[in-house]
Amino acid sequence: MLNRTIAPPITEPVNFSIKVPPCEKMILENGVEVYMVNMGTEDTLQINWVFFAGNWYEEKKTVAASTNYLLKNGTTSRNAFEINEHFEYYGAYLNRSCYTETAEVTLHCLSKHVNNLLPAVAELFTDATFPQEERDTYVQNSKQRLKVGLQKSDFVAGRLIDARLFGEAHPYGKYNMPEDYDQLLCEDMRSFYDAHYKNGHCIVFIAGRIPDDLPAEIEKTFGQLPWQSHRLHSTEKSHIVTPSFEQKSLVTIDPNGVQAAIRIARPFPNRHHPDFMKAMVLNNVFGGFFGSRLMANIREDKGYTYGIYSYLMNHIHESGWMISTEAGRDVSQATIDEVYKEMELLREEPIDEEELQIVRNYMIGTILGDLDGPFQVIARWRNLILNKLDEDYFYRSLDVIKTVSAEELQELSRKYLKPEEFYELVVI
Amino acid sequence: MIQLEKFTLPNGLRVVVNEDPSTPMAVVNVLYDVGSKDENPEKTGFAHLFEHLMFGGSINVPDFETPLQMAGGENNAYTSADLTNYYIQLPSENLETAFWMESDRMLSLDFNDKTLEVQRKVVSEEFKEHYLNKPYGDVWFKMREMAYKEHPYRWLTIGKDLSHIENATLEDVKAFFFKHYTPSNAILVVAGQVKLEEVKRLAEKWFGDIPAGEKYVRNIAPEPTQKEARRMEVTAAVPLDAFYKCWHMESRLEKGYFAADLITEVLGGGGSSRLYQTLVKEKKLFSGIECYHMGTVDHGLLTIEGKLVKGVTMTEAEKAVDEIIEKLKQDGISEKELTKIKNKTEAAIAFEDMSVMARANSLAFYELLGDAALFHSDREKYFAITAEDILQYSRKIFAVNNSNTLCYFSSL
Repeated sequence: MLNRTIAPPITEPVNFSIKVPPCEKMILENGVEVYMVNMGTEDTLQINWVFFAGNWYEEKKTVAASTNYLLKNGTTSRNAFEINEHFEYYGAYLNRSCYTETAEVTLHCLSKHVNNLLPAVAELFTDATFPQEERDTYVQNSKQRLKVGLQKSDFVAGRLIDARLFGEAHPYGKYNMPEDYDQLLCEDMRSFYDAHYKNGHCIVFIAGRIPDDLPAEIEKTFGQLPWQSHRLHSTEKSHIVTPSFEQKSLVTIDPNGVQAAIRIARPFPNRHHPDFMKAMVLNNVFGGFFGSRLMANIREDKGYTYGIYSYLMNHIHESGWMISTEAGRDVSQATIDEVYKEMELLREEPIDEEELQIVRNYMIGTILGDLDGPFQVIARWRNLILNKLDEDYFYRSLDVIKTVSAEELQELSRKYLKPEEFYELVVI
Repeated sequence: MIQLEKFTLPNGLRVVVNEDPSTPMAVVNVLYDVGSKDENPEKTGFAHLFEHLMFGGSINVPDFETPLQMAGGENNAYTSADLTNYYIQLPSENLETAFWMESDRMLSLDFNDKTLEVQRKVVSEEFKEHYLNKPYGDVWFKMREMAYKEHPYRWLTIGKDLSHIENATLEDVKAFFFKHYTPSNAILVVAGQVKLEEVKRLAEKWFGDIPAGEKYVRNIAPEPTQKEARRMEVTAAVPLDAFYKCWHMESRLEKGYFAADLITEVLGGGGSSRLYQTLVKEKKLFSGIECYHMGTVDHGLLTIEGKLVKGVTMTEAEKAVDEIIEKLKQDGISEKELTKIKNKTEAAIAFEDMSVMARANSLAFYELLGDAALFHSDREKYFAITAEDILQYSRKIFAVNNSNTLCYFSSL
């Protein structure tokens, strides 16, 4: 008779030796580096062109994001519709994203169509025109979308906490109001485009089943463009963090709101800081996954929220440690109190060995799962490369997960999980 | 073609295996053939609330999270109108842990008041987060009630009303479990770095002795054919007017489903689609517009929804949408457009199949529809659709008397 109370034996993931699948590197004639992960079971490709064109580099609000968005809305020879139709005809997706430091263009397509698509991508990087009419439609629709967003407590909270943490003038903290879009000129986008895309510093990431002739096609199509290697980019346009004086605030956007969006955050150094890897482990114990203390206490024991998480922010220059949840309005203060209680517990008592072992295994298991498939593998490489880290950093972080002690984590809690250093924001 | 094997245990549990040696992971997916369409109209939201309770511990495994995390695994679940699906992804070395846990909660839950009380609150917060505390959050409650008069798709999976969830009792929970969570009402899919023989051994070991229970026979009357156009107007404190229109379409296995899916691509798939190009870019009547359908097993809804540019009247906006639909009904689509939407479909399928988890989910869904092997043949049906089919089905779907229009006005 099967005894169901006994768990089957397991191999604990901390005993796995994980290898990141390799990434090949090629340097184009103009010096631009191309990283390639050639694996996968489907004939699919992802090509990602990354530029230093995030809002870190804009002189005027909305310019970086708008330039990125409107990059594919017209060239000398094709209008927005023709560009879209060209990509969509081949079943391809061309997405743009703008972050704080970087901005990028990503192509997803079946490998068999890639050669029909690359010249059209290159056209966007050499010949985008930013037509007035496209700008006008975009400005109108962005303003309208923003007005809807401003009625959502989670959206408003996400913007304001960043502003509290980094200051409204800092690229990580600034946010747009509808009237900011009115100031946007085509000329602003054209000059930003010239500096940061057309003559920019680029880095390319390719993943999937890479056809044999693709490297040569990439060289032919992009190797002669007036780009430079990302290594020659002098990032150091500096911005100074100027956090708010107001440490706790309550913002009401809907007097009848039934939930409160709660954000509690503190500044934290970037990935190069010796505490960063250990903090990743501590964060998991605290609020990083479903089995974390915040989740176990505030959702699974008290039912105050559908979910509560903590995380380290993904910026290059500075990071922040954030706790984020939407909780019932009547239990919002109780939720905040419990968050601080959990911080206190981590400062006062070492983490139990079994709990720590669970977190170690969970983290390693997740990393193994995250390395499944070419797009996930290139994402790992990309994160290292853009943060100026190497493969060794990844292996050292695995070691930290496996070996960091409860005492070290308690010390870290005492250093960072201090309520007086957190900004607290509630939006109803 | 992916590799695929099937067998059935004596208690009725269907098992599907997809060996994929390219991944270090394994996925164990258990789908129960119960969704919000199986609920009592007076106790809606129950299938989803129940899904939450499935994580509250079972008869021999009191803690559902810790052993899995120790094994390096993750799990989650979702409930729809048609089904409830639970999945675990973990390193393949520890596959048996997933069998142990999933089989124990199929055998019997640890029914307790505390879990029910907490999860009632959690689900209430989920309800508030997604439907009450959001502009336009009430649209789908209203639209579904207008579009469906008989079929249980008339309420949302989250439930018709918060009070239904707040009033759920432990007796309801037990009755629901013994009615729906039986081996004969479930499908187990095991995918990834696994071997058929090992899966057979583990399935028999862990699921083999679970009593078959009584097979639940679903008896849902189909939605009667709509005979007249329906309309509704809502006014609320939202910043922009919005337009929603739904038409009934065919069920998941009928040809009309595939045609409808492709029609949503023609109208709303991406920057070169007809609605976006004409109404957002050229006429500038909408700040955004989409066309999609719900992907339901029974007769679903094909939907167009958009937000109006400030200053544009609802009448103008609606007329412009109608013109686009009329043109489609009149002229159909070009061969170039047909090639485009088929290329898009081919790519979408290839990208979806890259993830072992998505593959396991799809296999379970196809087995629910009748046979996991539909995974291959079902997709072929897209490529058999002709331009003439698109024309005929658009005439059928977009018949005036088949429409449900909801005009959402801003009071601000």
